[in-house]
Amino acid sequence: MPLLLKKPSALPGFKWALGYVVLYLLLLVLIPLGGLFFKSATLGWAGWWHALLTARVLAAFEVSFGTALAAALINGLAGLPLAWFLCRYEFPGRRLLDALIDLPFAMPTAVAGITLATLFVPQGWAGRLLAPLGITVAYTRLGITLALVFIGLPFVVRSLQPVIEELDPAVEEAASGLGASWWGAFWRVIFPELGPALLTGFSLAFARCVGEYGSVVFIAGNMPMRTEIVPLLIITKLEQYDYAGATALGSAMLMASFILLLAINHLQARLQRSTQ
Amino acid sequence: MKARNRFLQSAVLILALAGASSLAAEGGAAKSIKLLNVSYDPTRELYQDINKAFAAQWKAGHNEDVEISQSHGGSGKQARAVIDGLEADVVTLALAYDIDVIADKAQLLPKDWQKQLPHNSAPYTSTIVFLVRKGNPKGIKDWDDLVKPGVAVISPNPKTSGGARWNYLAAWGYALRQKGGDEATARDFVTRLYKNVPVLDSGARGATTTFVERGIGDVLLAWENEAYLAINELGKDKFEIVVPSVSILAEPPVAVVQKVAEKHGTAKVAKAYLKFLYSEEGQEIAAKNYYRPRLASVREKYKANFAPVKLFTIDEAFGGWTKAQATHFADGGVFDQIYQPAK
Repeated sequence: MPLLLKKPSALPGFKWALGYVVLYLLLLVLIPLGGLFFKSATLGWAGWWHALLTARVLAAFEVSFGTALAAALINGLAGLPLAWFLCRYEFPGRRLLDALIDLPFAMPTAVAGITLATLFVPQGWAGRLLAPLGITVAYTRLGITLALVFIGLPFVVRSLQPVIEELDPAVEEAASGLGASWWGAFWRVIFPELGPALLTGFSLAFARCVGEYGSVVFIAGNMPMRTEIVPLLIITKLEQYDYAGATALGSAMLMASFILLLAINHLQARLQRSTQ
Repeated sequence: MKARNRFLQSAVLILALAGASSLAAEGGAAKSIKLLNVSYDPTRELYQDINKAFAAQWKAGHNEDVEISQSHGGSGKQARAVIDGLEADVVTLALAYDIDVIADKAQLLPKDWQKQLPHNSAPYTSTIVFLVRKGNPKGIKDWDDLVKPGVAVISPNPKTSGGARWNYLAAWGYALRQKGGDEATARDFVTRLYKNVPVLDSGARGATTTFVERGIGDVLLAWENEAYLAINELGKDKFEIVVPSVSILAEPPVAVVQKVAEKHGTAKVAKAYLKFLYSEEGQEIAAKNYYRPRLASVREKYKANFAPVKLFTIDEAFGGWTKAQATHFADGGVFDQIYQPAK
């Protein structure tokens, strides 16, 4: 068999397993996505580009991808110490805090968006404190990013936790015993171990956020050219019964995300190789 | 991604409804007729009352139980659900355009559906009014006051909200009707108006929330019935209604989805249901829910609720929905041009 089997397993039999995987992915992922591309193909190549290359659509792409990247970065930076703390320290209430991390998964996104908007409008609890500093959160890109940070948090923490659990504290001790500063120990010993998991968390959070609609529309203000996200433009097209135009935006978004995720995967593979 | 979710949602809903109706058909010993009324957002309360009254009337006349289910959502979204296979016996939507599309794309009802019932198939009407904060601190009296600097107007996005299209067209029609008013002045007026809109919510209820709960904006452009609902639910001490000198006559139409009703064997009761809306009892229920009744006697009885306002129709001012939609709200239309960056 020309296929590369990592390790032949006695369990279900390769053919059955492969058949199962292909069938499942076909039904659940490939057929709906194929439908998307098929419908957008009715526009033709020129029509497809024409639907994309308008100032308004490009601005929306910038908003969607910019805020999703920013939110994933913030989540990466903030999620690492969170995951570290929850794994390495035992204290009363730890399980409760740990469970809280999953809340953004469980909460309907619209609820999250409405709650954040209520808090951060200039008259809201948090908005009132920020207004004198000249910071407006609701109805700006900052607000969109905030909603996405909320939505994406569990991805980073949950990706990191198992790896941190695996990490032997003795390694850090050895590093500092051998004279490394805490920063040196972190940067040269711990980070290389966590890097791939952190990237996984980052890319999951990013992928989730780029398509997020429910929470964002409530806090974005939806102003064309400024705070309008691509999923909203898709809904707008559907509202005009322009199914083909909607699928054009959808497929473009999917491709852009796919390319970004591929790049991240590639980076991750290189990181993994360099640490081994 | 979300679009896929929506598709799945509606697929599940359709399956569930299909399952439910086939179950009902099998257990058909008890004589009970089921109707599905697919409607738009703010009619929830209206049709709850209508359904109860109609069921009682039908039972008295025919000794049959009628069970009417309601489905509510944005008007365009609801029309799409029907096109995609949601088996509505009747549709009661915000704009004739949405029913036109059902007739056009899915051919579920004849193209001249609007001629089948009196008054363009719109048994009740509504209009666009202003909701302002108590005491009217910005002194809003008419459309002109909305474009003054420093006035924040809340109105949803006309690209995603049927109600918002009425708001937009009402403002446009007002500007046309002013001395020396023409396309150019109307366009300028509407552009200045939207410069005063700080947030474009995706739906009418969302805009109401922004204005009422979040305290954003000085004026909310709203359906008359929504404005009354907001006042009744949230207290007369917080808001008041300002009726402009001129506004648009909104005629939310109703229609039997002929092909579906024939398939379900509900054509007769569906037609009676819609005719009931025109009866004295139906008109009174509409008036109580702050929709303007067509019947003169009922209008007279409830005239305290409906301030006099000069109304123009969409056919007079814009040559019908299809044309208005293409000129103003299609991609690249006038509304989009307002937000085009200056070159």
